[in-house]
Amino acid sequence: MQADMRFLLFLFTIFLAAGCRAQERPYFVTYSHEMEEPGNLDIELFNAVGKPPDGNRFVGSNIEFEYGATAWWTTEFYLDGQVTLHDSTIFTGYRWENRFRPLLREHWINPVFYVEFENINGGDKALREVVGHDGKADVSGPNAEARMEKLRELELKLILGSNYRGWNISENFIAEKNLSNEPWEFGYAWAVSRPLKMAASARDCTFCGEKFQAGVEMYGGLGDRYSFGTNQTSHYFGPSINWAAPKGIAFSFSPQWGLNDYSIPHLFRFGVSYEIDQFFGRFHRGTR
Amino acid sequence: MIRKVIFVLLLVALPAAVLFGAADGSWLKSVPAREHERTSPYRDQSDAIAAGRRIFVDRCSHCHGENAEGTKKRPPLRSERVQKQATEGDLHWLLVNGNMRKGMPSWAKLPDQQLWQVIAYVKSLHE
Repeated sequence: MQADMRFLLFLFTIFLAAGCRAQERPYFVTYSHEMEEPGNLDIELFNAVGKPPDGNRFVGSNIEFEYGATAWWTTEFYLDGQVTLHDSTIFTGYRWENRFRPLLREHWINPVFYVEFENINGGDKALREVVGHDGKADVSGPNAEARMEKLRELELKLILGSNYRGWNISENFIAEKNLSNEPWEFGYAWAVSRPLKMAASARDCTFCGEKFQAGVEMYGGLGDRYSFGTNQTSHYFGPSINWAAPKGIAFSFSPQWGLNDYSIPHLFRFGVSYEIDQFFGRFHRGTR
Repeated sequence: MIRKVIFVLLLVALPAAVLFGAADGSWLKSVPAREHERTSPYRDQSDAIAAGRRIFVDRCSHCHGENAEGTKKRPPLRSERVQKQATEGDLHWLLVNGNMRKGMPSWAKLPDQQLWQVIAYVKSLHE
């Protein structure tokens, strides 16, 4: 119980330290082609709450530090953890990702290359992606056993994104390789969203339409190198919304449904993010 | 030895020349004619200018200054280049595509209406 409280206090502290300018898109798994603005640091806290039929309710969390290295390169570091009811609270590992935009102008379809190294354990329940035959069984076991499994993985994504008349359409193709001689696993994610109002208001407002973005998101596994396809894979779908609150804080929420028996029946995802403009510039005297 | 020195100097000087070259407004030459001729649907509309000012402060002022006066590393938007040489269409093209080699990101994530509102604000600064 004390461990739970310490973990929640830790998350809350980071929450307060964060705050945020709007999270740009209301997506939890899907990446859009939009990069972090150069010099800005975005601190995000994302959570996935779920309950597998044969397991305990859990909250899988990750804290992300996303930095715009250049206009075409974004780098991001994650710390993952989870709380499982009637079990324990554990730190599950870290991830480091880089996104590169090869085409420096806006096109109908804009590709982005994504490379990530993960050093996590089997207890990770953040569900930042679903690949291979990931399913409800992976989040049902006790933490003590799950954390014994080491996952050092390389993850590659091809991100395709388009903006058209205020709509954003994003598709991700995922390939993941456990570096300990496991086969390549595959997955997908797509999402669509748009602001509720296109033009900005002349006056400051809290609940006006341009402060909200709404959309839908779907993602799932596509098997592995030896069993490619949708057999024994999990898939999720749900609406999502975010709100750019005052003081730069943005909240996002998405109820999601597992689309087959292999999936966790329901997931609730929520997040908070905060963007610090020109992060390193703040340490240079006279630049602000 | 001299060859090596020349090679190193070229290695340093060429990218620098490319970067500084791009800062002189050479992006204007890349704007297609059709984009160059586009005009803002919000020109001189006070509400749009006020909305554009809000977006500018939120998104652009960190680099271009609170009142578009520029910062040490980023250009002012009250310059003759922005106010007279560049058309509204040119600025719209720049906002959509960015100038990524020079650090200007693409703002295509914002709806077109908001881009035009920002342009209405920036263009209002010449008065």
